[in-house]
Amino acid sequence: MSAPLLEIERLAISFPAEHGRVAVVDRVAFTVAPGETVALVGESGCGKSITALAVMRLVPKPGRIEPGSVIRFDGRDILPLPVTDMRNLRGGKIGMIFQEPMTSLNPVTTVGSQVEEAILLHARLPAREARKRVVEMFARVGIPDPEQRFDAYPHQLSGGLKQRVMIAMAMAMRPRLLICDEPTTALDATIRAQILDLIRDLAATTGTAVLIITHDFGVVNAVADRVCVMYAGQIVETGTREELLGRPRHPYTQGLLRSIPRPEARGGRLEEIPGAVPRPGQWPSGCRFHPRCPVAFARCPVEVPGETRVSPTQSAWCHLVEEARP
Amino acid sequence: MHWVSNIVVVLLVAGAVWLARRVARSRFWRESAVELWRRRRAAIVVVGLFVLVALLDSISWIGGAGAGDNVTASRPRTIIDRVFQPETFKEESYSAPLAGTAFYGSRPLAFPGRHLLGTDILGRDVVYRALKGVRVALLIGVFTSLVVIPIALLFGVTAGYFGRRIDDGVFFLMTVLASVPDLLLLIALVMVLGRGTVQVCIALGVTGWVRFCRIARGETLKLRESDYVAAARALGASDARIIFRHILPNLAHLVIITFALLFTAMVLTEAVLSYLGVGIEGSWGQMIDQARNELSRTPIIWWNITAAAILLFTLVLAVNTIADAMRDIADPRTRREGQ
Repeated sequence: MSAPLLEIERLAISFPAEHGRVAVVDRVAFTVAPGETVALVGESGCGKSITALAVMRLVPKPGRIEPGSVIRFDGRDILPLPVTDMRNLRGGKIGMIFQEPMTSLNPVTTVGSQVEEAILLHARLPAREARKRVVEMFARVGIPDPEQRFDAYPHQLSGGLKQRVMIAMAMAMRPRLLICDEPTTALDATIRAQILDLIRDLAATTGTAVLIITHDFGVVNAVADRVCVMYAGQIVETGTREELLGRPRHPYTQGLLRSIPRPEARGGRLEEIPGAVPRPGQWPSGCRFHPRCPVAFARCPVEVPGETRVSPTQSAWCHLVEEARP
Repeated sequence: MHWVSNIVVVLLVAGAVWLARRVARSRFWRESAVELWRRRRAAIVVVGLFVLVALLDSISWIGGAGAGDNVTASRPRTIIDRVFQPETFKEESYSAPLAGTAFYGSRPLAFPGRHLLGTDILGRDVVYRALKGVRVALLIGVFTSLVVIPIALLFGVTAGYFGRRIDDGVFFLMTVLASVPDLLLLIALVMVLGRGTVQVCIALGVTGWVRFCRIARGETLKLRESDYVAAARALGASDARIIFRHILPNLAHLVIITFALLFTAMVLTEAVLSYLGVGIEGSWGQMIDQARNELSRTPIIWWNITAAAILLFTLVLAVNTIADAMRDIADPRTRREGQ
């Protein structure tokens, strides 16, 4: 296996609370290989978006990446980098797409000039050249009439087209890594598949690695090579797509998969995981999932589970999995 | 110094042409301008007339026919001056509008029936004086806005964008200024700076920026958290770039509205200052101040104060209605998405 493009180790992110700082993300570790698509899955509030922002070093103040965390991009630790180097990385080597295409474009300037800005921030080009590249990019992300759309304002485009513009913007500098934070959540179901296809095709043709944040296993199934499931600020299970969708080991992953509506279970009650994600700072002791876990036993509230490898590529952080292992 | 004013006129006209072309090029601004014209045609025409008078009153040169004595002959005179010939077109004292004889006593007038709004105590034509006030009023409005808007934007945007210490500092400054009665501070500043037009405008600006600063700060606070600013950061844009590309353009509509509202507020404040005796030479406020004793005479001398008040009222009303329409047009809640 080649050296990973993105390596995250012991990532902890904290926010100030009434009594000291509270970690919202903690001991998160995963890697993304060049050209690979990794999905970060979890319920709202589990810390997946903030993890994505941490890769860009854009954790909103007063949040902070705790010392001891390591984020290595292309072999280089980016946490101690000066701000100017970091700015070159953002948009240049790492692109990012956001959840809300509706509000992610500046309403008072044309979409073309905004994509152009993304290029001019990182490359010295004459205006004509930059414009040509924008039109090329528009064509590549499947925007009809790219020449005319250059001068369109965001309000004149549909949600799907806006998300295409955002992708064009993020991919304009051919980044090595594309971070997509819930790229299809705000879109219609029909557009969703198109956008996912586009991301997958672009990534495949340009060799870009993708880190996709989602709560939707449909998205995972459509694009991901590997999956990391997050719960309450921690990764609870990782593995390839086939492993996680086919043989999930962690009770949380199993619960998530069971709660997807299935055609054969029509008319029956949809299964759910009882309870809600605990708030940061009120994490339960031991395994953080134990109050909601259907198979929790005596060890769970007392002891923090360690990593259990169930295959060369699949790991779970669960006492039950550990004890079941031969 | 008259050539400075001539150059400014040329620059203003050139600037207006440039602005019109910019507006015509961008779809958003063009549509807004057309919409504004559709809604407030009368007010725009009125303001246009005021601007025209002010421009005519700003173009001046020395010499030319019709100069009175030697003193005036060596002075630059504006187009308005040349039309009215105030050196000769005057009476000895009061004359009622369109009267044939003097107001006190019945001596015949030099120009019977030609003073549309009569003359003042020194026999000066009131129409002429009122029209001379147009330029002063517009100068006050524009100059003060030019002082206020940069200060307020600088403080408001940096405070809103960077927050923390800068925000605390700016907020402290705003609170201190807001706690001092405006009029006292104004009078004190005018006394210190002097009584010229520029000085009074600076004084008005220094006291008037707080409100707009607060608006700019609040709006920046909101915009700073917007998704497109986050997206720009994720593209590697610097703070300065985000402010100039994404924050300031989104404040543009506020700047325009504030300009219109400030304009009228400042013209009115100057009238109050004149009333207190620290206003600008030749302003409507001064006319009103000088005319205030005339109201207690019998028979009443009403034309001085009426002329100044009507012009002041018309200008303020016209600009305010335009500002009102501008706000409706620029407000995303009343006009948005698919037009």
